[in-house]
Amino acid sequence: MKCDLCNKPAVVHEVTVKNGQKNEVHLCEDHAAESGIAMPGHQPINQLLTQFVVSPADATQGGTGKKGTQRSSRKVCDGCGMTFAQFRQSGILGCAECYEAFAEQLSILIQRTQGGATHHVGKSPRRAGKSLDRQLERQRLIKQLDAAVDAEQYERAAKLRDMLNMMEVNDGDGSGDSSDESRRS
Amino acid sequence: MELIPESTWDNEPAPHSDVVMSCRVRLARNIAGFPFVNRASETQCNEVMRTAREVLLAMGNNDDNGDCQMMWVDLNNSTTRDRRLLVERHLISRNLDESKTRRAVAISEDETLSVMVNEEDHLRMQVLAPGLELGGALERINTVDDAVESRVDYAFSPRWGYLTACPTNVGTGVRFSVMLHLPALKITNEIERVRRAARDLHLAVRGYYGEGTESAGDFYQISNQVTLGRTEVDLLDEFEQNIIPQIIAYEQEARSILAKRSEPLLDDRTHRALAILRNARLLGLEEAMKLLSRVRLGVLMQRLDDVPLKAVNQLFLQVQPAHLQLHAGDDLNADQLREARADLVRKTMA
Repeated sequence: MKCDLCNKPAVVHEVTVKNGQKNEVHLCEDHAAESGIAMPGHQPINQLLTQFVVSPADATQGGTGKKGTQRSSRKVCDGCGMTFAQFRQSGILGCAECYEAFAEQLSILIQRTQGGATHHVGKSPRRAGKSLDRQLERQRLIKQLDAAVDAEQYERAAKLRDMLNMMEVNDGDGSGDSSDESRRS
Repeated sequence: MELIPESTWDNEPAPHSDVVMSCRVRLARNIAGFPFVNRASETQCNEVMRTAREVLLAMGNNDDNGDCQMMWVDLNNSTTRDRRLLVERHLISRNLDESKTRRAVAISEDETLSVMVNEEDHLRMQVLAPGLELGGALERINTVDDAVESRVDYAFSPRWGYLTACPTNVGTGVRFSVMLHLPALKITNEIERVRRAARDLHLAVRGYYGEGTESAGDFYQISNQVTLGRTEVDLLDEFEQNIIPQIIAYEQEARSILAKRSEPLLDDRTHRALAILRNARLLGLEEAMKLLSRVRLGVLMQRLDDVPLKAVNQLFLQVQPAHLQLHAGDDLNADQLREARADLVRKTMA
């Protein structure tokens, strides 16, 4: 299906019914964006940047107000010398320290592009291999448990459930090598 | 560069291989203490290359990774054709091929594991597998990641996880993707619905060669976009157990509807495609991919009994330009490529 306004393929289809009258709108990506229909997660990150990255300090000065935006654009990363304005252009950070230098703006952007997530969970260096291995082991046990229940092998299922419970107890009491936790940043 | 002349895939039926051609798990990692690639000096890029080479080539000597003998390809000293071959086999990205930075790739002997060095991130490691077997691929890439991590410090923050040049990869740095063959959904005009549903689920839909490419031969690459706030296994579970099976079921349903309601149309498309492939003297890439896709669908739906699926699957790779050049042992111009492509397809399909 083609866009109502040009020959490109339509990617946004909006149907509204008002007073019994059905109205259909089919738009390509560009025209959908122009008409303000958002398509989260599909825009290049530098476009998202100009639309959504406003630091709380900027917001108090009037949302996307020029002063606030100029101030955050001038921020410089001590690690690599990248300015926030340069990041806005390319969507690519210069070094690990940029995450600290632009933390305020990045937290908004990251939350937006990561489905609302604000913190890392999952593998981390050093003890990481073990933690992911445990996740995989747990997944394997759950699959075996499901199969045992399906096959009505209740003794086996009970054993597997005990193993899973034991795993949870061990994970819960912090028996992992937590000394490695903040080894690097 | 000595690549395996033929694809080693498709020797055995892989899970869901009627719809899922292949799957991939990729990890993005950066080495602590170096700027990301776009801000790194030539010396720093060289240093990353030296470190990566040492670590990756040592993996084959480690008992835990006994089958992991790696081949190192310095892409700055490679020919354009070799780089294109690697792109066509999905072992490097188009970005890495075209980059002017000091860059390399390490590839396992069986070509299922590759580590790109100095792409957007210092290390982009991937494991490829036929069909839908992401669990096994994740276990393998995890082993490789541990082996690398035992010798280098990664850029990592407790809050953000693995730090990547683009914040869209931050956190786990993991990307699961599958290459789906969805010809029936294309015929029934339902592919746009899949695209929209995928977008709503925070998934990216791309073409045959990844970012910025159109779908060729009805192939669609679908991958997760969220990399933060969920564990690797949670992301894997949702993707492999929940999302992808739904798309597979959707395609299978479209295939059975076609068989029930549009048998003459299906047979016509299949046999016309096969007739052209068996007789054409000149074949463009796009046309070849399109016709092979139709024949593949016909084979899978038992409309053809004299065409082996394996041969069709391999042709998708062999009709690519760099593979034709490799086969011919010479550089071919555009016309010669079309002729060589038609010759190869005709002989294979005879």
